[in-house]
Amino acid sequence: MPNVGKSVTRVDAFDKVTGRAQYTDDRCPNSALVARVVHSTIAHGYVKSVDTSEAEKIPGVVRIFTCFDVPDIKFPTAGHPWSVEEAHQDVADRRMLNRHVRYYGDDIAAVVAEDEVAAAQAARAIKVEYDPLPFVLDPIEATKEGAPLLHKEYPNNILKHTSIRQGDYAAAIQEPGLICVDKWYETPTVQHCHIENFICYAYEENGRIVVISSTQIPHIVRRTVGQALGIPWGKVRIVKPYIGGGFGNKQDTLYEPLCAWLSMQVGGRTVKLDVPREDTFVSNRVRHAEKIHIISWVRPDGTYAARKLVMYSNQGAYASHGHSIVAKGMGAFPQMYPCPNVECDSYTVYTNRSVAGAMRGYGIPQAMFAFESHTEDVCRRLGCDSLAFRRKNLMPVGFVDPFSKNENYYDSYNQCLDKAIAYMDYERKRAEYANQTGPVRKGIGLAPFWYNTAVWPISLEHSSCRMVLNQDGSIQLQVGETEIGQGADTAYAQMAADTVGLADYTSVHVQSCQDTDITPFGLGAYASRQTYTCGFAIRQTGLLLKEKILAYASEMTRMPVYNLDLVDSNIVRVTDGRVMMPLADLAVESFYSLTHSVHITAESTYQIKSNAYSFGCCCAEVEVDIPLAKVKLTKIINVHDCGTLINPALAEAQVHGGMSMGIGFALSEQLLYDGKTGRALNNNLLDYKLSTFMDHPHLEAQFVENPEPTSAFGTKALGEPPTCPVAPAIRNAILNATGVEVDTLPMTPHTLYRRFCEEGLIQDPWRKEG
Amino acid sequence: MKQFKQVTFRLNGKEVSCVVDVRSSLTDMLRNQFGLTSVKKGCEVGECGACTVLINKEAFNSCIYLAVWAEGKDILTLEGLMGPNGELSDIQQAFMEEAAVQCGFCTPGFILTAYEILEEPRDYTDDELRKLLSGHLCRCTGYENILRAVKKVLRQRLEAAKA
Repeated sequence: MPNVGKSVTRVDAFDKVTGRAQYTDDRCPNSALVARVVHSTIAHGYVKSVDTSEAEKIPGVVRIFTCFDVPDIKFPTAGHPWSVEEAHQDVADRRMLNRHVRYYGDDIAAVVAEDEVAAAQAARAIKVEYDPLPFVLDPIEATKEGAPLLHKEYPNNILKHTSIRQGDYAAAIQEPGLICVDKWYETPTVQHCHIENFICYAYEENGRIVVISSTQIPHIVRRTVGQALGIPWGKVRIVKPYIGGGFGNKQDTLYEPLCAWLSMQVGGRTVKLDVPREDTFVSNRVRHAEKIHIISWVRPDGTYAARKLVMYSNQGAYASHGHSIVAKGMGAFPQMYPCPNVECDSYTVYTNRSVAGAMRGYGIPQAMFAFESHTEDVCRRLGCDSLAFRRKNLMPVGFVDPFSKNENYYDSYNQCLDKAIAYMDYERKRAEYANQTGPVRKGIGLAPFWYNTAVWPISLEHSSCRMVLNQDGSIQLQVGETEIGQGADTAYAQMAADTVGLADYTSVHVQSCQDTDITPFGLGAYASRQTYTCGFAIRQTGLLLKEKILAYASEMTRMPVYNLDLVDSNIVRVTDGRVMMPLADLAVESFYSLTHSVHITAESTYQIKSNAYSFGCCCAEVEVDIPLAKVKLTKIINVHDCGTLINPALAEAQVHGGMSMGIGFALSEQLLYDGKTGRALNNNLLDYKLSTFMDHPHLEAQFVENPEPTSAFGTKALGEPPTCPVAPAIRNAILNATGVEVDTLPMTPHTLYRRFCEEGLIQDPWRKEG
Repeated sequence: MKQFKQVTFRLNGKEVSCVVDVRSSLTDMLRNQFGLTSVKKGCEVGECGACTVLINKEAFNSCIYLAVWAEGKDILTLEGLMGPNGELSDIQQAFMEEAAVQCGFCTPGFILTAYEILEEPRDYTDDELRKLLSGHLCRCTGYENILRAVKKVLRQRLEAAKA
């Protein structure tokens, strides 16, 4: 396989380093009308009236629409495959503009104006009168009797509660001599912070509505726009140009339905809806904040007798991806450290906060922070080495999850740990840092993680591909999967070149711009699925195309098909290795032959009914300044077994980005809300601390390449996994340095100061308790 | 009341002139009136660095620079880095080779700040380079390969200067 496995240059790199790559706003005509959304300034209540009279007087304002104008249709927004079973369909709980506002930032009205200034001025001039209601921001408070109710269909604000029961927990904890470790962990609300904000524009053409959108899920958005507007789905066309990052926020229907509807209200003229950064933080999606309670009953020999897990996931105001996020985290619990007696419960709870949706890792970063912090805490109570404990208790080779049928084929955990330990000199440092004194102390910690690829069998998995032979022997490649910056198009070109038998991946022209009128239906970029799922469709379709090419070659050469092959873009006779003709010559003949002219194309869908574990670990070293309650990350490595690497350089780059997001989650990122009003306090890139160039040491990324047996190219998930183990590894390093268990993220000076005071490391006579 | 003003300046090596709304940012003028789509909008308040252009050889966030201030200035956008025969600059080439590009949205700004740094190459430490580049936010790369690309060209230029 000459292309797969090579660090070839991205197919879109040239256009991106020259500024030529077209993103949504780059395609929008200057003449477009501009829409601006008016947001709620209370956390919960009803809109009594909206006075637009002053706003309408502003020159340049075209129309203003309010929550009293939009169709009375509730629609789902999650970027999930639609379920044909009603019971499994995504929750439809919001309208395009809402009268019952459920968070500070909810969408109430929309201005359409001739330019941005007029739109912004009009948005500010709109006067809204409310009937305010009490609000609740905490997911546990929200489940209590008497808490403000967000959606009347969901008593106690519980969107969903699911459980896992294995063995007999109550009986198992009666075993004499058990040590009980009972702890809570908490993770914050964070935001994706892709550098391109969500943006879309819409216009009518030939009696249909066209939406150009910065989305990870164009084909799904086609359906949700149809649902939200109450129009046939075929009347909607979605186009996805290059997108400036998504990370899950754009795996959701955001403002596409509203923008489409606004265009339809102004005669199908082009309307652009460009979300300001401040609104992206509040009124798009965020990561679910979670409160996680773990009780472990451990034998003195370092084995688990019984374990209990309770998770509360803060959904915010609307369902979006809902319970699937915390459910994924919960599902990892009994698998990662198998134990015969387990009780798990997870609750997804509506609160009056920003809507939580998908974000890189999909519930696993939160779960890993709790699970792997807890593993370390259990080992401290036992007085045992946490690395040895992990090696003994982590999912063994041969483990099969009865639900997904996922099998752990390799000793990936130990192989990844070995590499991380060797790179960091972990064991020597661990011993060296054991008994430090003084204000500045060093520490080292690690955390493995659990992840699985794609969504089978919870949801549909399939992938479609179309290949077209060009007149020069190159091919056009169309798939339903979405390039969002991760490098998918390049990996697909490499896979397609090898499957068909082309010399070079540059002979594969990938249709990067998804257009629901052109590209085959696909589910989109999520669940770290695309290299795995699309690999099947590319391989199957490539083989079909190759079969057709060889059949034509057989006609041209009078040789039997079984004696021919397509190698390095040449038709080769396998019996003697003779090159019969270049593929380019065959292509010209096939198009222009006066006896047998045919356009050689292939198209197929592969339905994926498998799924693959993708494991690895992070190891981090820190320096903690105790009086300043400040952490400096000094060294870090992630090691992944994502199977065979299609493009090692791009894989490494994916890991860097995931690690960076994990570092922010660990040390600095948090969207803060004012308890008195429910308003977000730091919804801008200055006050919200995502990692900058100066917040990282060198990011080391290494791999273990065990080919995944279920996969078309031996590959499996890598997009999201790098974010998953970073926060607990850093947390465990801080514990190693200071002896202090920090159970709340982010581990900012605010968090550490409180903990260091509680543990007596800082004596502060002015500190108020609590 | 809309007010307009004529602005004359050098843009990517050519004398240009246009009439702008006095409230326009340089970002909006370059994007909307000159079609220079490399100038990206990520925050429009000078936080993310995606809109960076060089003004008289110095990197600025064009989103918080008024279009009318361009009068008499020499402005370079990413489009201006390409040579007359379509050749890429060394730093663009390095971004491609070092896989420093993912979604690509922060890329134009980063390349222009790197270009500014590299025009006067010095033996910077990694920490110094990180600080010089820290006006740009990126969510895809963890900055790792961007640093590699800049260091690669810095080494090349320092060696070329010695030779």
